[in-house]
Amino acid sequence: MAEKRKKKLGIKQRYSMLTRGLGWDTTYQDMDKVFPYDNYEGIIIHDWEGWEDPFRLTMDAYWKFQSEKEKKLYAVIDSFAQNNGHLGITDARYVNALKLFLTGVSPLEYQAARGFTHVGRQFRGVGPRVACQMQAIDELRHVQTQIHSMSHYNKYFDGLHSAPHMHDRVWYLSVPKSFFDDARTAGPFEFLTSISFAFEYVLTNLLFVPFMSGAAFNGDMATVTFGFSAQSDEARHMTLGLEVIKFMLEQDERNIPIVQRWMDKWFWRGTRMLALVAMMMDYMLPKRVMSWREAWDIYFTEAGGALFADLARYGIKPPKYADIATKEAEHISHQAWHIFYNYTHAAAFHTWVPGKEELDWLSEKYPTTFDKYYRPRLEYLDKEEKAGRRFYNDTLPMLCQVCQIPMGFTDMDDPTTISFEVSEYNGDKYHTCSLGCKDIFDYEPAKYVQAWLPVHQIYQGNCGGAEVPDVLKWYNFNLGADNLEYNGSPDQKLWDEWQAHRKKA
Amino acid sequence: MSLEIKTNVIQPRRHTYDHIAKRLGADKPASRYQEGTWDLQPTTNFHYRPTWDPSREIYDKSLTAIEMEDWYSFNDPRQLYYGTYTMARHKMMEAEENHFKFINKSNMMASMNEAWQQKVKEFLLPMRHYEWGANMNNCDCSDKAYGTAISQVALFAAMDRLGIAQIISRVGLLLDDSTGKSLDQAKVDWMENDLWQGVRRMTEDSFVVKDWFELLVAQNLSMDGVVFPLFYQHFDEAGQQHGGAPMSMLNEFMQDWGKDEKRWLDHLLKVTAAESPENAALLSKWASVWTDRAIEAFTPIASHVLGGGADEAMTSIRMEITKRAQKSGIEI
Repeated sequence: MAEKRKKKLGIKQRYSMLTRGLGWDTTYQDMDKVFPYDNYEGIIIHDWEGWEDPFRLTMDAYWKFQSEKEKKLYAVIDSFAQNNGHLGITDARYVNALKLFLTGVSPLEYQAARGFTHVGRQFRGVGPRVACQMQAIDELRHVQTQIHSMSHYNKYFDGLHSAPHMHDRVWYLSVPKSFFDDARTAGPFEFLTSISFAFEYVLTNLLFVPFMSGAAFNGDMATVTFGFSAQSDEARHMTLGLEVIKFMLEQDERNIPIVQRWMDKWFWRGTRMLALVAMMMDYMLPKRVMSWREAWDIYFTEAGGALFADLARYGIKPPKYADIATKEAEHISHQAWHIFYNYTHAAAFHTWVPGKEELDWLSEKYPTTFDKYYRPRLEYLDKEEKAGRRFYNDTLPMLCQVCQIPMGFTDMDDPTTISFEVSEYNGDKYHTCSLGCKDIFDYEPAKYVQAWLPVHQIYQGNCGGAEVPDVLKWYNFNLGADNLEYNGSPDQKLWDEWQAHRKKA
Repeated sequence: MSLEIKTNVIQPRRHTYDHIAKRLGADKPASRYQEGTWDLQPTTNFHYRPTWDPSREIYDKSLTAIEMEDWYSFNDPRQLYYGTYTMARHKMMEAEENHFKFINKSNMMASMNEAWQQKVKEFLLPMRHYEWGANMNNCDCSDKAYGTAISQVALFAAMDRLGIAQIISRVGLLLDDSTGKSLDQAKVDWMENDLWQGVRRMTEDSFVVKDWFELLVAQNLSMDGVVFPLFYQHFDEAGQQHGGAPMSMLNEFMQDWGKDEKRWLDHLLKVTAAESPENAALLSKWASVWTDRAIEAFTPIASHVLGGGADEAMTSIRMEITKRAQKSGIEI
């Protein structure tokens, strides 16, 4: 009877008591000293209580759900290893997508864990702090489960052995690394706009999801199981991204232009990084999921369009240069793959010219551009390789000062002309690949002149030596195994042996 | 005779990642803790300095005066990475949840002497704010720590403290028929009652400690070194004569957690002090200052609950901290 009389608290009320109720305004120490970083960006917050908790998980529930997911995931990872799951993938070329993921994306999960830990301490509102802390520990989950899933692949394939070392040094990995360093060195509100909103909310279907769908299509059960297991975490992260934007916009109208500028910046920085995903989708998956163009149309043009229509009531406009990015969707994967084809001797994954059927698929998916600009070039490279003259580019490319991608992208209205912009700062010239990157540079030049540009660093002698092989050893590459053309690689040789052995058996 | 399932054996080309093999001294199979921890944190070639503090790098060894040749000298003796961490905590929480259910179902809180119920409200419920402070401090340590090994134990501890704050809050809801009134009163006590001002002042002062290792010592060795034995042993024992059995059940999570904290913390202090006499001296200084403060800050509440027994309890607690520190090579 006594039990029945007790008033049961609603979830929202109970959650509020178990989280927000814990905080207090300090009086022995000034609040501005306890939380020194949450107001220098110019974002005005009148009432931290206006924060709507994007999800309501108390720790008891968190431990329960997450431990159950972990148990299931590790059971699959164990079984994958025990049964030589790597033999069931479509083709060994697929593993190159994993190499790109483990060296380029997994370290970002770690950076996210540390970044959310930072803001999880620094916001003076209890609500956002708890949400950020949960994302911090989720991100630790993601990096660790990715390392554990791919541990098996590392035992049988090249290029996966030194992800943290490479992430800190290798030229193309400075693209994702500088992206996250940029976010982490920004203030807490910009960090959430960049990672929670731009990265997790707007672009996640173009980054995380393609890798996981690629895994599903190509028989990689370990990675796809990770993907499914992380899905509910990602859903929470997306709601945090949307909430932080609404919170800032609702608190004060003076926040609107700041938020708009951050959206413009991080949209562009995000699309630049997605060039790596674009080429993965169009070139690296033996069994393709959809073309980059199709993915862009569905996930950015349609879904993003709806999102920005919804934000219009706050006075927010679609990101600047979204039109250019949409034009790029037609070209970017081909241009990025070509850059890596040029420099694959200095990359920890293999490249190749797609087979005839694959070229036909690209022709079909890019009817107005592929046959005109890109197919002839690939066919020429194929002919050269077959004649024993596989082309490698022995010069070092110039990098964009902001996104750090080699300046090989073209003007989108004229795909035969390289695009570049120039800015001046303190008497020096700085080059960027696009108007989007130039805007970012011009707004904060003192930040971007600090960039650790791999090519500059090589020329300055900071990367192991003067010759390319010295640099590659400094990257910890196993020369002749991790790098170069796929045809003739140890990966290919072993794969063919395993397949032959299976057929015999 | 044994069963033998024939499988297709393929020789692996390597047994673990290169950086792991380097630390193991050979290419041999590594544990999930090792692969999921070692060298995960970036160490070099950072692109930009933080706009919020340009004096430092994103990851920076100089954020503490402690110096280590290798920040992975410490390894969590519990071998916790995310997966094993959540599984271990879920197991502890499942037991705690059963206690809550049982006490709720049998209306057991009512069997507790009313004066003691009031006492519990006074000494335990304001501690939800202390735990929230411990969450902030461990979050800060995890943020600033160098290397994944220490950063991740601090993050786990931070989440644990949020969990403990929530358990304490639920005790309040059991005591006040889920109205939340007891929690409101506990906050008033925390903010205004003289019994708590020393603790709150100490907590707030800890929020502005710059050196993260000092903060780690202050929070986890000194303050927690007083809190866990005082609240969950001495106060628990004092409750026995007032029908405090349900509280003993609910204290189980905190008692187990306190033991678990000692396992990693004492090992971390030992490894750090053994590195150099300079490290040992710093740890000794911090431990001495903060233990004195913690003893002083918690004495009023100890007297409120234990009366004349408070001195003896505090003396034994101080001895216990000193002994633990000594075992780790730290003189208080």
